[in-house]
Parts: sequence; structure tokens; C-alpha cells
Amino acid sequence: IGHPEIFPLVFTTKTQEIFNCRVDEDVTEENCFKLIKKEDILQDLKTRAAVSDFHPVKKVVLEYPGEELLVVFDAKFQYGQNFYFVASEEAKENLLKPPETAEEKEEKEEDREETLEVHPYKPPVQKPWVSLGSEKEVEEESVKNKVIKIKYMISRVRRKFGAPITFTDKNASHVKDSYIECTSYQDKTYSIKMLEKDVGIQMVPKVREACTQTKWTYPKNAATQYFPRQLSNEEKEESLASEKLKEFLTSVHLRMEIALQQNEIMNAFFDDWKALAEDESSSGGKPDVYLKAYQSFTDLRYLKDRTISCVCWHPTIYGIIAVSARQRLSYEEQANLSDKSLLQQSVILFWSFFDPVHPQIMLECPEDISCFHFSPSDPNIIAGGCINGQVVLWDISQHEEKLQNAKTDADGIKVTAVNMANASILYMLQYIYTSPSLTEVEQSSTEPPLVRYCAVSSLQYSHKKPVTDIHWLPDYFEDNRMGATFENRAEICVQLVTCSPDCSVFFWDIPATKRPEQPSSEKVKEKDIFYMPPDVPDTSKHLDLCWKPLTKINLRESDTNREYAPVRISLRELHYHYKTSEKVQSLNTLEVPAKESLYTEMTTPSSKNLKALESISTSFFVGTEDGEIVYSDWKMEIDSDSAKPHTQKYTIHTETINTLQRSPFFKDIILSVGGRNFAIWKEGITNGPILQSSCPAGRYTAGQWSLTRPGVFFIGRDDGNIDIWDLLKKTHEPSHFQNISESMITFISPWIASSKQHFLAVSDDLGVLRVLEICQTLSDPARNEHATVLDYFEREVKYLKSREQEFQEYQEFQ
Amino acid sequence: AEVEETLKRIQAHKGVIATIVINAEGIPIRTTLDNSSTVQYAGLLHQLTMKARSTVRDIDPQNDLTFLRIRSKKHEIMVAPDKEYLLIVIQNPCE
Repeated sequence: IGHPEIFPLVFTTKTQEIFNCRVDEDVTEENCFKLIKKEDILQDLKTRAAVSDFHPVKKVVLEYPGEELLVVFDAKFQYGQNFYFVASEEAKENLLKPPETAEEKEEKEEDREETLEVHPYKPPVQKPWVSLGSEKEVEEESVKNKVIKIKYMISRVRRKFGAPITFTDKNASHVKDSYIECTSYQDKTYSIKMLEKDVGIQMVPKVREACTQTKWTYPKNAATQYFPRQLSNEEKEESLASEKLKEFLTSVHLRMEIALQQNEIMNAFFDDWKALAEDESSSGGKPDVYLKAYQSFTDLRYLKDRTISCVCWHPTIYGIIAVSARQRLSYEEQANLSDKSLLQQSVILFWSFFDPVHPQIMLECPEDISCFHFSPSDPNIIAGGCINGQVVLWDISQHEEKLQNAKTDADGIKVTAVNMANASILYMLQYIYTSPSLTEVEQSSTEPPLVRYCAVSSLQYSHKKPVTDIHWLPDYFEDNRMGATFENRAEICVQLVTCSPDCSVFFWDIPATKRPEQPSSEKVKEKDIFYMPPDVPDTSKHLDLCWKPLTKINLRESDTNREYAPVRISLRELHYHYKTSEKVQSLNTLEVPAKESLYTEMTTPSSKNLKALESISTSFFVGTEDGEIVYSDWKMEIDSDSAKPHTQKYTIHTETINTLQRSPFFKDIILSVGGRNFAIWKEGITNGPILQSSCPAGRYTAGQWSLTRPGVFFIGRDDGNIDIWDLLKKTHEPSHFQNISESMITFISPWIASSKQHFLAVSDDLGVLRVLEICQTLSDPARNEHATVLDYFEREVKYLKSREQEFQEYQEFQ
Repeated sequence: AEVEETLKRIQAHKGVIATIVINAEGIPIRTTLDNSSTVQYAGLLHQLTMKARSTVRDIDPQNDLTFLRIRSKKHEIMVAPDKEYLLIVIQNPCE
């Protein structure tokens, strides 16, 4: 609706009569179309002019092309009036024939579909432009030249073109400011006043930055000191007695007990999966060689025809191992000790890993040394026992630096030769002081420095037979003359225990000394004092040759008067830790340090103030020459009522015991090796050994526990084999054996150099020291190995006890 | 009397290292450990228990803390709270 060709009209009754379109007579709702001739309308317009109903559409009627005009009765007032007038032929046709056309169209479409006529292509027909008023806008916006352009014509006389030009000079200084210019001036003809300007404006919000600072100081706690609140005793008693506490405990204790029980039953957080993995990784992959050869040391001059009697690792310095040599004597010669050849000097050699050919230091010994040990508190003090019964002390503090720099020494000899030519004097001097002096270096390349002993015990009071075992007593207790143990305040190992086949065990004391201030004249008078060469430290000078043992213990059974000839001794409290000397770190490289041993600076502690230690166990095991193991106590029992025979004797081995060693993991488990078998004992179990080996082909000559695995120990044989026993795998035969040398193994010593390097030093009868590296499987303990081995020992103990019981019952039965 | 008995029973369990009873303010009343350690345990565990309890109650106000177990590498600390007192037991569960 809003058709441009429809014009609503009001037909008065008069008009209706004229044109025969009276409502409800000529035209009805259904039959609403009425065609009126144009001429009639025009006539009506003429006759009635303004009154005529057709007046508003007069123009349309005049312009109407056709003959007849359509007037439609609008019963519903669709267009606002009761009639409407259609202004175009087209619309007329459409209105008159819509249903017909619709039907016709449908028919036509159906026809079309059936026949599929191809419509010829009609190119678009050009239609005349119908202006809709847009030309005005276009005209307004288009740019046209409004201003008339000014034309100039410039002319010049012809003859002036190409004429010669004359220049004149002008002095620049005459003119003011020495330059000429053509100044600009304002020409009035060109002043245009701008009356109107087209300017674009944009609105932007104004932004401004501003900041302020506030000073907010508030008190903050820098430090707090507090002490806990505590109830007084009465208040505590009061609360304990109160009813509330009782109620609380009754309500709470059940929960607590459940939780405690849960923990006892099983460990809820145990990761089985991870534990399984650990087992696999440790047992997987058996190595070919359990003990890999690492280094071997031998010396042709000093160790010719000699056997190594004892091997000891330096406790603190990596890679230093000391070896004592002894004449290779047969059993009879050893027993008599009459025929001794003094041609060869007895020495203890120090080897370093970095120099397998030259020993680092040699310790001079009065006689052949059968055993020696480093002092745990000061690794520069070494105590050794000779084959004539004397005890010897050395102090190698002067050479400690050399041992520490053993690595650089090996390279140092070559480097100094090169540097001497190039280096400046200062550098050379410095170099000389950092490594030992050139003269010493030269000497060391041919011969290691010889260190004399600083103390030897007196011949009268020493053992009568060779000292076969020597140990330092741990630093937390010391004995006095009465045999009671006292606390050792100085924390230095000052006591030794030695044993010898002359049936005695001696305790030696290295008492404190003040710096000797004796004038030299006095020294000369005393005959006993041995002449000290200048390079020997004056440690324990006063002890020299008048050193007496502190206590002597005779191993003699009182009732049978049997004497025991101890060859090895093992004290219970023999666990000590090695302390590094702090002095080493504070070395000044430009000075040759004059070190003082700890021993010269001590003052004698008064024994009155020392605490008597009750808890230290004074029992010990002794292995004898005849193959017996004796278990006894050195503390003298004042109270003789409780006279229990605290001396036990076991005869398992047939020959001399050569090793008696406590396990580093279990304080009461002892390994004894002698003759054709070895045995493991537990202190306190008096029936017999826990484990005893069967008789093998050869003899066992050395034995040692492993330092890292509680169930592993090494046994050396006389055919040069080492048997590795692993108690977790097999207890009736060695889990592995390996041949190390051709001759008898004399000593085994394990050592932990670092977490990855575990060494086993094996010495043999020919004077060769071999250092072997223990493979990972032998050095890493299995998970829970300690507990498993402990379990094993306990099982064996139970078995022994049950056997004993059965035996007793059997006897009673008989 | 009964109090002693109960505490002794708890202490006698396998692996129990120490037993401490502290009051609502965190002051130890009864202990089998030395003084400095007791005071330390009391202070720290009291605060922790308060925190744990407030946590439980924040999540659900109808709920309340009944037991607190702290398992560490070396041992297990068990705390049984109550309105006025706190019972702390330290146990070593594994061998």
C-alpha cells in the first residue's frame, strides 16, 4: 500500500449517480471495479470544476494514456476513502485480471516445463536515464575553475638576446655587512585576507599524569627474643590430677594405640616397586674380575729377598701406603732368631700411587719391623714393633708436605729443568720453595729421604720375643698404672698396646712432654741418650732408650699355670676415626714451615681430675702361637668374691693365628684366621665359633673384613690366591677366588679412597705390594645387608645354643 | 594413677621415642623428653594443630580434627587433639 498509482477518492452520491457507480447497486464488494471513460471524467470536471470529485486527480486524469480509467470501490477503506482511482494502465490490468493472470501464469509455467523452450538471448536494452535529483549534488561537489586565469605576455627587443654581457667589480668591504642581498618587501597588491577557513577539529580527552608518595612508617619486628612459658611443678601436678585430663586420656588413648599398632604392623609408605628396582640394579651383571689390578710396587734395593710383614694405608693422604719388610725366614730360623744378617738396612717404605718406582719416604728401623700402625690422632706418628721386642716411634711431620705433594713431585722434577732457563729469579725462588728444594728434589729422584726413628723402647723392658701386634688405643680413654681406664682429655692417642709370644701384653704410654730446655752440656753427660742427628724432630726425646711400658699383663692361667703366647690381640674399643691435622691447611708456601708435633706442646694432665670411665669394655681377644683364642679382661677386679672365670679359651686352629680382627660393622664379631681354617666368633658366646670353615687344600695366611660390606671378607692363601667370602651368598665356600701372586700372601689391607674407589692392598712373600681395585658389586652393600648379616649371625647363635642344649640333655640322659 | 598407667602403656609401645602432654595454651604438662626438645615440640605442634583444625573446620564447620599424623624420614609424630589438651607421641616405625 502506498502505491504511487492509487489515489483514494471520495465519491459523493451525486458523482455516483453520474457515473453509475452507486454503492451497493452498481458496485459491490465483489464486483468493485468500474471502468469510466476518460471523456466523461473530463466533461464532469469542466461542468462542475472545483466541486467535482475528480478535481484532486485532474492532472492525473489528463495525463492518463488510456481511454478508460479504473475506479475501484474500496469497501474496507483500504486506502482511506471509499473509492480509489487507479492511475496507470498497467495497474488497471493487474487489478482486473489478477486471478486470471495467476492461473494463466501457472498454466504457462507448466507449459514451459513440458516443452523446455530455449529462450533466445536478449542483450540488455538501453533504458533512458531517469534523473532522481542526484545531478545537483554532483554539481555542488565538483571542482571547477571559478577564477579566471591571468595571462602574461613578456617580450623583449630582439637585439638584446645574445648581446655581450659586461660585469663590474664592487669591493665587498665598501658595502655594509660585506654582502649584498635582495631583501623581500611586502607588496600590497598581493595581500589577501583570508576570510574563511576550513579547519578540521578533533576532540581528545585531556590526560594528565600525576603521582604522590606517602610516607607510611609502621613498626616492624626486627628481632624477637622469647623464652617458652613453663608451668611450675605445682601447676603441673594440679593438671595431672585434674578430672579433665583423665577424661581426655580415656578418650584419646584408643586412637593413639590404634595408630601406634598400625605402625608396628607394617610400614605403609614402603615403596615395593622402587625397592625391587634397587635389588635388580645391584645384582645384575657379574663382573669378570672382582679385583682389578691397579698398581703394584716393588723395590729392588730394599725389598730384595724380603717379605712384607705389614701393610698400612696412610689415613688421610690419598694414595700413600706404607710397607714394612722383614727377612724371609723359615720357621726354625724365626724361632731362634740367632742368625740375623745385618747387611741390609731394615726400612719401612712409603709408596705413592703416582710414583710406582720410587718410594716416597723410608723410615729407618733398628731391626726388622713385624707390625706397625699410624697414630689415629696424628697421622705423622707411626708406632712399630720390632722382631727383637722393641717398640719404635717415628715422626714424619717434616715430610708430610712431601707426601701431600707426592703427585706434583713426580712432575716437578721434569718441570724445573725447563723453567730454569726461562723464568725470572723471583719465579724460580718461589718455585723452589713450593716444591721441596732443588737439592732435595735431586736427592729424591735417586733416593727417598730416610727418616730416623725418634724413640725406641729400652731393651730391658721390652718384649723378649718379636712384637707381633701393635695397636693404638682410641683417644677417648687411657689407662693408668693401676689398670683402670680413665678419660683422655687431650683427645690424642697416647697409648699403645703390644703383644708378643713371650706371653705378655704391654701397655705403653707416650706421656706429655714440655719443650726440652736442657742445655747441650747436660745432654752430653747422659750416656743413655742416643745421639740425635739434626734432622730428627725432638719429639719424645726423653723416651729414647729408656721408654718403659706402662702396664704388663702376663697371660697365665692361674690354676693350670699355662702360659699363652699371644700373637695377635684385638681389643673391643678399637674404633677410632682419623683426624686430619689442621696445620697442613695453613701452610705458607714461601716459608719452609717448622712444624711442631702435638706431642711436644702438651702438658701432663693431672690424673686426679680425670673421670673414671666405667662403661668402657676392657675385655680383649688374643690369638696365640699355638692356635688358641683366649678371651680375657685386663681390668683388675678388686672384688674377688665374684670370681668368675672370665678367661675363655678356644682351640680351633691348628697353627699360629695370623689374623684376629673385629668386624668394622659389628663390634662383637671377630674373624680369626690361622693354619688351615678360619672362624668367626661372637663375643659373649662361649660355646664356640659361629662359623668355621672346612679344611681347604692350602693354608690361610691372611684375612680382613671388607670395609663397606658387612658380610664380605677376604682371605689370603699360601698359593697366592685371595678368597672372597660373601656370607649372604654362600657360607660353605668362598663366593669368588682370584689369583694375585705366585707366592704366599702375607698381608691384606682394604681401604676406601673415595666413594668410587675402593682398594685392596695385598702383599706377598716376594716383597711385592699389589694394589687392587675392588669392583662395585663387592664394595657397594646390598640393601639391608647389615640387617641380613646380623640376622644370619643371630640364627647361627641360636643354632649353637640349641645344639649345646641338646648335647647337655644327651649327657644328662646318659 | 590411671593417668600414669595410660601414659606408661603408650610409652611402652614398640618404637615409641617420646610422649608429651600439653595443655590448650601449648605449655607442656607431662613429658618423657628433655626440656628443650619438649618445649620446641610443644610450641611447633600446637601451632600446627591449631592450623590443621581451623583448616578442617573452614571446609566444613560440622567437621573437627580428630588425629594428626606427620610422617618424616626418621620417625612419625602423632598428635591427638582435644578441647583442652594435646597428646603427642613420637614413634620410630621402621627397623
